[in-house]
Amino acid sequence: MSEPAIPEVTWTRKDLVGIADLSVEEIELILDTADSFQEVSQRSIKKVPTLRGKTVLNLFFEPSTRTRSSFELAEKRLSADALNFSGSGSALSKGESLIDTARNLEAMAPDLVIIRHQHPGVPHMLAQRLESGVINAGDGAHEHPTQALLDAFTIRQHKGRLAGLAVTIVGDIEHSRVVRSNIHLLVKMGAQVTVAGPRTMMPAAVEKLGVRVSYDLDEALTDADVVMMLRVQLERHGQSLFPSTREYFQLFGLTQARLAQAKDDAIVMHPGPMNRGVEISSAVADGKTSVILEQVANGVAVRMAVLYLLSLAQQGDG
Amino acid sequence: MASGVKQGSGMKQGGGMRQGGGMRHIVRGGRVVDPSQGIDARLDLLIEDGRVARLAEHLDSIPGVEETDASGLVVTPGLIDIHVHLREPGFEYKETVESGLRSAAAGGFTAVACMANTQPVNDHRAITELILNQARLHPYARVYPIGAVSKGLAGQELAEIGDMVKAGVVAISDDGLPVMNAALMRRALLYAQHYEVPVIQHAEDLDLTGDGVMHEGEWSTRLGLPGIPGVAEDVMVARDLLLSADTAGRYHVAHLSTGRSLAMVREAKRRGVAATCEVSPHHLLLTDQEVATSGFSTAMKMKPPLRDRSDVEALIAGLQDGTVDAIASDHAPHHPDEKDVQFSVAPFGILGLETTVSLCLDRLVGGGILELSRLVHLLSTGPASVLGLPGGSLAPGEVADITLLDLEREVTVNADAFGSMSRNTPFDGWQLRGAAVGTLLDGQPVLDG
Ligand SMILES: [Zn+2]
Repeated sequence: MSEPAIPEVTWTRKDLVGIADLSVEEIELILDTADSFQEVSQRSIKKVPTLRGKTVLNLFFEPSTRTRSSFELAEKRLSADALNFSGSGSALSKGESLIDTARNLEAMAPDLVIIRHQHPGVPHMLAQRLESGVINAGDGAHEHPTQALLDAFTIRQHKGRLAGLAVTIVGDIEHSRVVRSNIHLLVKMGAQVTVAGPRTMMPAAVEKLGVRVSYDLDEALTDADVVMMLRVQLERHGQSLFPSTREYFQLFGLTQARLAQAKDDAIVMHPGPMNRGVEISSAVADGKTSVILEQVANGVAVRMAVLYLLSLAQQGDG
Repeated sequence: MASGVKQGSGMKQGGGMRQGGGMRHIVRGGRVVDPSQGIDARLDLLIEDGRVARLAEHLDSIPGVEETDASGLVVTPGLIDIHVHLREPGFEYKETVESGLRSAAAGGFTAVACMANTQPVNDHRAITELILNQARLHPYARVYPIGAVSKGLAGQELAEIGDMVKAGVVAISDDGLPVMNAALMRRALLYAQHYEVPVIQHAEDLDLTGDGVMHEGEWSTRLGLPGIPGVAEDVMVARDLLLSADTAGRYHVAHLSTGRSLAMVREAKRRGVAATCEVSPHHLLLTDQEVATSGFSTAMKMKPPLRDRSDVEALIAGLQDGTVDAIASDHAPHHPDEKDVQFSVAPFGILGLETTVSLCLDRLVGGGILELSRLVHLLSTGPASVLGLPGGSLAPGEVADITLLDLEREVTVNADAFGSMSRNTPFDGWQLRGAAVGTLLDGQPVLDG
């Protein structure tokens, strides 16, 4: 069990609550660190002692098989002690005082807390109150920083860079945390981002985030280097945002024919879980251009990098 | 004023009034700013029997008559906040009539009008009387209850408006909720005319609000929080102005927050519609960006939500050109435990009584946006006129409710020292220049400076 070759680091941030406040250097550092951990994932014994003796609390207030198992695997490979809490019926989701929740968590003295919550800002509020490092594993429609980092990692693997790439993100832009984190990251790194989707799913003033907005999928896909499809939910809180899945697929579903508008070497991404036949055809999802399964594998390396870097900041705090 | 309401009508005395009983008092040496008479001058003021008796450049001392030394201070008609939530009965853990009136006096107000969304709702005489009885026991400021438009705020049937007016309500409103049903609103505008009271609307189309928790715009997009579009307010104001014009009913927009609503009120007034509006200090001083910069602070969560820069600029123009009739705080106490939760689930509303005057003196007058006399108008003469209340003037014969301002006093907002039982303010720690330092009610000092 030898330590991976990790780049020289200067990481001081206690928490990773969003991409919005990260610098280009910090993003690059996480991606470079993930490169080193990727190597660990390719060993026959995929475990390093990096976080031995550290306690990581996984708090998932929303069901999430993928993100949660990805974090758990990352924790195991780093030899951390992981503790899992879950359930949408738990106290915090019911509006328990954040002070009480924070006190309860503090009493367990975790080194790191991974949190997924349906309400934007909960990771930030906990980060303000806890001495532990806090990692946002998705807060409502706000941010999902490790997803954006693993997406960037995957793009970089295929394209060798982020700057100058044309990235098109398609779907329910308004209700997606994946979009917000990806926009922040890609714009900071110099990519040209286009968001596309129905007008009823486009958030107000989204162009202020530095993206181009399109309501026409064919136009939006033209000459794209990267196509990122989002999971679409046609109904929210009983309100229908789109008449039918059939009509959605006609307007914004990604097919082979439409993908032809993109560059020949374009890659197709999806954060999962996919609705085949709604936002993406099976032919595209399983096709040569799809890097969807690589995203899953890369998620572990990126999360190992984030856990490792935040644990350094913990030590720095003394 | 398009108002059909007569000032100082006999029934509108407000709770908390004391008997002036032959008492005399002199307020000496202050700069009297009374927009109702166009006065801004250093004057002494004689009070007799709880009413203003005389204003003069110099009044001789009268043996046995107490004096208030107002030298270096500004003397104004008692300030009136026509939009507060006193929470009693039903939510005494947030605020009571007593704590709310202490808060009012501490903030320089001599009168408040309190909204009906208590529990039980102030939709019948018994609750009105309960509030007024509590006010009589704690005479730090006057209370003018506002009755519900609809029974139980349910938006279905009219409440007993006439009976409540006889018991002392000065207006009707379902505030906290809008009157969504246009037919009910029309009926209220018609019926309220029998009793010469305005209908105050919390203008918000709840279908357009949906599950929104902050202003819909760049910042709701950045934060991933569901937005409340400005148009949710605008469609209600537009509808209500049509109904007001159609019925000739007196209509007042509570906490108006958007540029478009303001423009519609301005235009309606020009046409002679009996419409008035108020704005709240937080909508003048903060924008939706604060939700982000404060890190999702629930002290930035209220309805209507903090709007964007262009709305703020429009509201300020409305203050300057007279479209806005009053500044009202929408003082909305919530217990710290209720606010100390994630942004999405926290209740809407912030305190205002103890920050309004200093905020307005510092940011609006100090900031060169308003003349002092215009601000005093918006906090006294204007609100008195909107609800047809006594006061708002220091003319001889008027009730001697007076506020003393120190324009030079440096204050730091300290929520822990509030008279209110709650602490939910976004202004905690703000350093401001200018403060209310005392009030007189019926010519008797309430608080010492
Ligand atoms: Zn209201």
